[in-house]
This record gives sequence, C-alpha cells and structure tokens, in this order.
Amino acid sequence: MSILATNKVRLLVQGITGNEGLFHTQQMMSYNTNVVGGVSPGKGGDWVLDGKVPVFDTVKNAVEVTGANASVIFVPARYTADAIFEAVDACMELVICITEGVPVLDMMRVKEYLKGKKTRLIGPNCPGMLTPGEVKIGIIPGNISRPGNIGVVSRSGTLTYEVLYSLYKEKKGVSTCVGIGGDPVKGMGFVDVLELFEADAKTDAVVMIGEIGGNDEEVAAEFISRQMTKPVAAFIAGISAPPGKRMGHAGAIIEGGSGSAESKIEKLKSVGVRLADYPEQIASLI
Amino acid sequence: MKLHEYQAKNLYAKYNIPIPRGRIAASASEARRLCEELGGKVVIKAQVLVGGRGKAGGVRLVKSPEEAEEVTTQILSMKIKDLPVRKVLVDEAVSISKEIYLGITNDRVAQRPVLIASGAGGVDIEEVARKSPGKIARMEIDPLLGLRDYQVRDIALSIDLPRQFWRPFGEIIYALWKVYTDCDATLAEINPLVITAENHLVALDAKIDLDENALFRHPDLSDLRDIDGEDWAETQGRKFGVSFVKMEGDIGCMVNGAGLAMATMDIITHFGGKPANFLDIGGGASSEKVAAAIRLILADKNVKAILINVFGGITRCDEVAEGLVNACARVDSDVPMVVRLVGTNEDKARRILSGASLVYADSLVEGAQKAIAMVKPEVA
Repeated sequence: MSILATNKVRLLVQGITGNEGLFHTQQMMSYNTNVVGGVSPGKGGDWVLDGKVPVFDTVKNAVEVTGANASVIFVPARYTADAIFEAVDACMELVICITEGVPVLDMMRVKEYLKGKKTRLIGPNCPGMLTPGEVKIGIIPGNISRPGNIGVVSRSGTLTYEVLYSLYKEKKGVSTCVGIGGDPVKGMGFVDVLELFEADAKTDAVVMIGEIGGNDEEVAAEFISRQMTKPVAAFIAGISAPPGKRMGHAGAIIEGGSGSAESKIEKLKSVGVRLADYPEQIASLI
Repeated sequence: MKLHEYQAKNLYAKYNIPIPRGRIAASASEARRLCEELGGKVVIKAQVLVGGRGKAGGVRLVKSPEEAEEVTTQILSMKIKDLPVRKVLVDEAVSISKEIYLGITNDRVAQRPVLIASGAGGVDIEEVARKSPGKIARMEIDPLLGLRDYQVRDIALSIDLPRQFWRPFGEIIYALWKVYTDCDATLAEINPLVITAENHLVALDAKIDLDENALFRHPDLSDLRDIDGEDWAETQGRKFGVSFVKMEGDIGCMVNGAGLAMATMDIITHFGGKPANFLDIGGGASSEKVAAAIRLILADKNVKAILINVFGGITRCDEVAEGLVNACARVDSDVPMVVRLVGTNEDKARRILSGASLVYADSLVEGAQKAIAMVKPEVA
C-alpha cells in the first residue's frame, strides 16, 4: 500500500462549492479518488457535479451520513483554521489543507490543538498527495507521474511538479508524492513523511525537495543519518536567493546560522544524501 | 508588513506600555518646536523601515532646539540602506540606568510563539546572542493557553531583574503579548526597555512586524502601510498580486510558484548567468497579472533577456500565453524572451504564441541556457 491514503479512502471536500473546490473535486474523481461528499455551510442538501456528490452543512453531519475518514480543504484563508478544527473534532484520520495565506497565529493554535489527536494534517499552502494510478488528494496534476518505487516529499508546489515531470520523462515511477507545504507553521514535516516512506514496503528510495528558511531540512538530515536505510536524493531551492527579509533581532536570535541553502546542502551532504544542482538533475541521482 | 517606530509606539501606548513623550516631525522647524515643548533635551530618530538606523547615524541626542533643527536637517537628507528619511521622531531624552531586551515572535522550530528577554539589551543584542547565549532567556508560550503569570516570574528571574521591577515588568510583558495576539504580529519587540535613573520602565524603541496574511482582519492596521517607505517594485508587485524581489543580474524571470521561482534563479546562476529578479505570479495567473509582471520586469533597465517558466497546474498555460501576447503588444521593448510552458493547456498556449516573436524551450535547462546565450552572445 502507499502511504497516508489508499483507493479505499472516503474523502470529503471542505469548500466544495467554491471554484477551486469544485474544479479539483472533478479532477480527483476522474483520477478515481473516492469522494463521498462535500461540505459548504448553508448549502447542505444540494448535490454537485451532475448530482454525483452530496453537500452537507457540517463535517459532523457529512461523517454521519457518508462515513468519511479524510478531508481536503479548499475554503478561503479566513475560514481555514475553523475548517481544520472542525475536521479534527470529527475524528478525520487525514486532513489535507490546500488553502494558502492562512494567518500564522491561526496555524500555531491549530498545531497546538492537534497534539495528542489522531488526525494527521498536511499543509496548509500545499498541493496535497498523489499515489500514481491509485489515489489523488489535492491538486497535483495526475498526468505527470507513473506508479513506481520512489517516494517524493516536498515543501514546494510547482517545483514538485517539475521534479515529478523529470522523473516521468526518465521513466521512473513514484510510490507516493507528498507536498507538505511551504508555510512556517504546518502539519506534517519532512521527518514525519520520511518515517512513513522508510516503513513503506513499496518505497525503495526517496526524493526530498526543500527550500531556504527554517530548519526542517537540517532536522531531516539528522533523521536520515540515524534512522533511514533507504537512499535519499535532494534538491534545495534558493542558493541564489538574496538574504531573506529579516524579522528584527528576534528572528536572528532564534534562527542563528541555519536556514540558508548552503547550511541545508552541507548538512544533507554530510549524511550521505545526493544533492542535485537543479531540479531536472534529480532523476539521474536516484 | 513592518510598522514605523512611531506607529508601533502609538500602538504600545494604547496597551499602556510606557513610552517617552514624543511626536513625529517632517521638517527641521517642526523638530525645533517639538524640542522646545519637550524641554530642550531630545533624541531625533529617523523613521525608516530598516534596522541599523543608529549605526548609520540616524539616531542623535541633541541638547537644544537649535541643535534639533540642525540635526533634523541632516537626518532628513540622509538615505539609510537606500531608503530616504521622510520623517523623524522627536522623543524626550531619558537617563538610562539599565537596558533590557524584550521580544515576542514566532519560533518556526517550536511552531509556537516565543518570548525572548535579556538583561543585556541595546544595539548589540545580536552579538550578545552569538557570543553569550546564556544571557538570553527564552520561553515558549502555548498559543491556546496564553501567557501565564509563572512564566513572567521565570523570565524576570532569569534575567536577574531586581524584584522591585517585577510588577511593572510583568504588566509590560502582558501588554506586549496582547499586542502580538490582537494585531497578528509576527514580531513585537522593545529594544531597549530601559530602567531610568528615576527607576521607571520605559520602552525607548519599538518594532512591530505584522502578518500580511492576517491583515484582512485588521483594516485599521493595513491603513498604516507606508507605501513611500517601501521598495517601488515590491509595492507594484503587491498591487497586482505577484511577489517580486529585485536582484542585481540581467536575466528577468517570471515563474509560477515561489519554490520553482527560486529554482529558476538557481539554474540561471548554475549555468553562469545572473538573475535580475525573483518573481512569482502565484497560482491561476490571469493575463492582466502576467502583463503587469512583464512590465515590472522591463522597468529594470539592466534586464537584457527574460525567462518565463510556467508549470501549469492550477495556472493554465493558455492564460499565461494570452497575458504575454497582451504585454508584448502594449510594451515597447526589444528585450528577447524565452518561454517554457508545461502542463494544463500547453498546446493551446503554443498556438496562441505561434505568431509572437518568442523563443521556446522544452526544458528548464534549455530555457536557462538559451536566456544566458542571449545575454552573453560570445558564449553561445
């Protein structure tokens, strides 16, 4: 089986009646993902996509009727934190939040609330997950990837597609691709996903796509050296980026030396990860 | 979004954080009058949205209205890190017996707010953090529980604050926490928070950064944005919903997605070129947005070629193509463009662009190499 979700998933789409929600529900369904319903407050009782998908007012109600166990969120940023809380309280096993521009204070509260809960959160500001040929939750284009044994985990959106596409052109297949999102405060991090790939029988190698800022890649490097037996190749974006906009003194005090592309590349190389100089090179490293 | 010091101080004052008496002035004569009002001994402080003002000579103590006028004239003619000084803050001078650092920010490692304090506050706080990290106290705050009394005592104790100040210090920390949460700040800082010779705590400086993503719930704070104090191109970018950062090179870039935009700059650099900018048109870029982005890139006269790299997912390639055709029709320019469009409606995009004089690339590597060749014909 692939990681995080299989074709048995019973998926709910929060924000299904919006433009993006509706368009991508259609895309996910044409990839044979099992969408069992949608949520849109005030529109409960409606059916969308030619009467194929029922709409509910609340996640709780949708779960009672459909037995949904996962949700994907497309609601506007100002309602996103509430949508995640709602999904967590309805005991969803997996919540994937596509919405970008969520206030960071909202996300810190969400993150705190998730502690000790069984829900796994991916995102916000992420493209979601794709297990080629089996299931797609989110917005990753389905036609640029084939089934295979390479796990892909990325902090980026379109850069992930670029890497998927270059693997595709080299006829290399993917077990599961997970976009964890680029926000400073988010659900699952690199380590959480690497752990799943390490345990996944269908994954033999992992591609990791990182970028400047934070220390997720550095922490991942430590995990790779301690616990990963599978080979990892990586690309870190931002080596040519101007020094980031600093957040006063406090940011410098906290982040210290980490966060730069050099620091991440150095750290990953030191634990045996093969680094690509540019995204299209990664297919030749794995 | 950064606030000016005087704006941040006004906010602090609303939350009862003690600040020095002071007012904003846009001319030397105004500063002179304020100096008289405030008793003759004041500090003149340049209001610019960058750090390091003091070290650049933008903060000066003066002892008479005449000196205030003279110094203000100097400061108002300065540029600090390329930003012109348009206003000064005239604050009454305070006699300092101790400087404390106090700040609340987001700790992305802990994924929580963190309170930072030090008994060694002042302009060299970053050096203190590097050389003697033991002098910096940090305390994570549970964002659901909020700041607790015991945490305030803990912090006061760990920076060796004399007990007589614990109570006012606690009130200031609570107020700062309220500013941070009420305003969706990503940084609320007081450096220094001073103990005066008269044993009062006063916030001598103030720095607030606001979360751009949360401005929708703070229309009053959005109004504080100082358009003139920001980089022109970045302001333009925000107006059209694209994210733009100017750089020093000659190859303009237009890309969808921040990660891919950085990777595009990286690949140009890797093959020996120099990117002129970072530009992310975001998801679902409309043709107006694309046209605006092209104009923004061409406003930089160093740009000798443009590389457009769009990987269509949400963004439809045909829409980008229409934007390009529009932009080319409206902008009078002979800067060559290399286009690489992959993904949703790629074929349609090619048809739209077939009449335009653009160079195609099938891969990112090819695109970067072609753009570099245009800039450096001798290499090609």
